[in-house]
Amino acid sequence: MTKREAKLNKWQKFWIRNKKSEGYLLKKVAMDYSYRICRLFMMFGLCFLILQPILNKISVSFMDEQDLYNTMVVNIPANFTTANYELAAQFMGYGEALRNTFIISLTIAILQVSMCTLVGYGFARFKFPLKNFWFACVILLIVIPPQILATPLHLHFRFFDIFGIFKAINGEALNLRGSVLPYYLMSAGCMGLKNGLYIYLLRQYFRNQPIELEEAAYVDGCGTLRTFLKIMLPDAKPILVSCFLFSFVWQWTDGFYSKMFLGNTRLLSVQLSRIATQLGAYITTILKNSAGASPGYTSCIISTGTLMVIIPLLVLYLFAQKGFVESLANTGIKG
Amino acid sequence: MKRRSKYEGLQKRKAIAGYLFILPFIIGFLAFMVKPFFQSLYMSFCDVQVGPGGFTNVFWGLKNFVEAFTVDLTFTRLLTEELTRMAINVPAIIVFSFFAALLLNQEFKGRAFVRGVFFLPVILSSGVILGVEYDNPIMAQMRDVIEMEGATGVSITDTIKEVLNVSGVGNSVFKVVFDIIDRIYDVVLASGIQIIIFLSGLQTISKSMYEAASIEGCTSWESLWKITFPMISPLLLVNLVYTIVDFCMRTDNQVIKKIQDIMLAKLSYGPASAMAWIYFGIVMAIIGLTSLILSKVVYYYD
Repeated sequence: MTKREAKLNKWQKFWIRNKKSEGYLLKKVAMDYSYRICRLFMMFGLCFLILQPILNKISVSFMDEQDLYNTMVVNIPANFTTANYELAAQFMGYGEALRNTFIISLTIAILQVSMCTLVGYGFARFKFPLKNFWFACVILLIVIPPQILATPLHLHFRFFDIFGIFKAINGEALNLRGSVLPYYLMSAGCMGLKNGLYIYLLRQYFRNQPIELEEAAYVDGCGTLRTFLKIMLPDAKPILVSCFLFSFVWQWTDGFYSKMFLGNTRLLSVQLSRIATQLGAYITTILKNSAGASPGYTSCIISTGTLMVIIPLLVLYLFAQKGFVESLANTGIKG
Repeated sequence: MKRRSKYEGLQKRKAIAGYLFILPFIIGFLAFMVKPFFQSLYMSFCDVQVGPGGFTNVFWGLKNFVEAFTVDLTFTRLLTEELTRMAINVPAIIVFSFFAALLLNQEFKGRAFVRGVFFLPVILSSGVILGVEYDNPIMAQMRDVIEMEGATGVSITDTIKEVLNVSGVGNSVFKVVFDIIDRIYDVVLASGIQIIIFLSGLQTISKSMYEAASIEGCTSWESLWKITFPMISPLLLVNLVYTIVDFCMRTDNQVIKKIQDIMLAKLSYGPASAMAWIYFGIVMAIIGLTSLILSKVVYYYD
């Protein structure tokens, strides 16, 4: 039987089956295909919706200023230039800011995730008095926006003191604002950006793990901490990675805590929010153009700056996409 | 008798171990949460004066709260604007992320790619990136110009709106729908995490339930509402709370921006706390009310 005959045969069989089912099969297959086509269009539209701004930013970032106002130029720059990148890098102090951001994001993310893992495991596996109360506190931590605590925390670290010790030694309270320390302290206490969410996710994960492994370890005389480190942690790698990635990314782009506590450290997120003002100052003072920056050019520089901030994250996302999505989707979160 | 005390000893040891595990959280919570929480509450009733050696709180009563509504020119407007924006966006985000999760849970070619794209907003909408284009005066000016010209501009929604208006059905219901369509980008950008949460919930529903239903002659549309929806409804609550909270914390939130501005630029901590508490109180009331209503509908399987 040749290939063509086989194909023909398949069609014939289909029609016979269709006849037997009184047209039901044809209807079902047609419905199935039309559904798939609808889905395809929807998926394409939504993906385009999400990707379009990035693509647009990329194309704009390579344009010369005159291209921005030239209606003939759409998407593909006529005067290809990398001057925008150089300017944006200059405004943001890119090299230094990138290094600072990287170091801070990495250390903060590691600290936050390790602390949240401990806490999440504690909530998942141990019974102790007031457990529900403390877990309610975790929920409270998720629900309370940090902005509401901003004021006292601001003052708290402006005049930092532990039971008046520093006042006794130095004569006045420490000013920790502007230094990195307060934020590390907060992260060590699980009070960083969205840490309640990480605790919740990790608790959920540990709760769904079988308890037999740990019991076996206890029977064999393994201590609590060692059981946690040697038995539970290696299995928890995927969820740890995804929590770490979230923490890293959110810390990278965070404006609130960065502005609040890390004011003196040059960070990409803070620098990015200042980029437009700097462009205006640059054009009026250095280029002696009293009109200031034109809106189109400002938006072009902002796009370039935004791109430069998120490119490292996009690269990370490209390689660790599975870590972001799949492992979290497989944790089996329950309400 | 001896045996029982030993068992209690183990329980006790485990309880202590448990406390040691969550100790970082307890310390952090007490130091950086409880104290600032009450301090902030107290401050909102005070005139906070910052001096070189520390700060003093002078009790004022409700003055800060009254002033936030009566003296401050923009606060009330911003507050109502943000709350209406929330009232429209939050349900839209939940509905969208539910259906997106349903689609992404199906098998099709290129699913990994589509999933990757859908979760990009987790990066794109985080932190300063969202707010940066709204942050400076020049862009704001330009946006105003565009909005003014927008009346004559060409867009599909405008055209449909006109057609509906002419045919006489363009009433307030449609206006809300068009609002959402106009904001679809905002909605998609804000629903990354919610999709993940729904998706993880979808994966816990056992296949055998659908099989049993389809053998009984249940169409997939029916099983969506009779199986998937009830099974996933607890996550509806989680997502609702998460979405509202997330909405409050976003950088492009005008109220938050205003509060930060007052605090950091003008150094008036008292009014800033009062405003934060007003906003927080309203949001908490909304969360409480909606979760109370939803918890009646939510179905717990086990």
